[in-house]
Amino acid sequence: MSTKKVAIIASRGTLDWAYPPFILASTAGALGYDVKMFFTFYGLELIKRDLDLKFSSLGNPAVPMPFPVPTFAQSLPGVQKLMAAALKQKIKKKNVASIETLRQLCLEAGVELIGCQMTIDLFDYQRSDFMDDVTIGGAATFLAYAADTDINLFI
Amino acid sequence: MNDADVTLDARGLSCPMPILRTKQALAKMTSGQTLHVIATDPGSMKDFDAFCRATGNVLQQSRAEQGEFHYVLRKA
Repeated sequence: MSTKKVAIIASRGTLDWAYPPFILASTAGALGYDVKMFFTFYGLELIKRDLDLKFSSLGNPAVPMPFPVPTFAQSLPGVQKLMAAALKQKIKKKNVASIETLRQLCLEAGVELIGCQMTIDLFDYQRSDFMDDVTIGGAATFLAYAADTDINLFI
Repeated sequence: MNDADVTLDARGLSCPMPILRTKQALAKMTSGQTLHVIATDPGSMKDFDAFCRATGNVLQQSRAEQGEFHYVLRKA
């Protein structure tokens, strides 16, 4: 049985959207699969040296609320910060692993984290903004690997 | 009840942590040794089954008992 391969594109950079790619990548690593994650556009937030992930309920009507909150009220100053704090609190209370933990476990499992060169340049980021373990690559880097994988996800 | 070589307490951990901790525990063991995992994540029953099928480790026991799940794995 040859080793299964997984390719994941992570394109979202908020706290909620950070979970699916890291959960799947770390678990795939635990299953012994070969995993590469490609971080593009807002997904680059997930491989920053210091994580500061935001969360917003705006434009995200599926976010569960303890009571109905009109959209205009959600856009008032400070409300989104409260939402983010509430989500972080819930993550802690339910003993869900932090993104920092899952990211570290990915590295320990040999998952390769690749930052998209073009978006790094586009947003004027520096190499030093990102973790040392991250490699930098372009579309061809991803495609050459993805062409030969068993599981391919765009998140 | 527990005569496994190694015991892993994964109670209170949510998906995917019980599987990730199991993988780490197995990495420190030798082939043929047994690992007893205790978890409370209700999704873990399906996950341990899948984990063992994917990795070739043998799931010798899998049972639910008083809100806890017990798994005994033999390392391949």
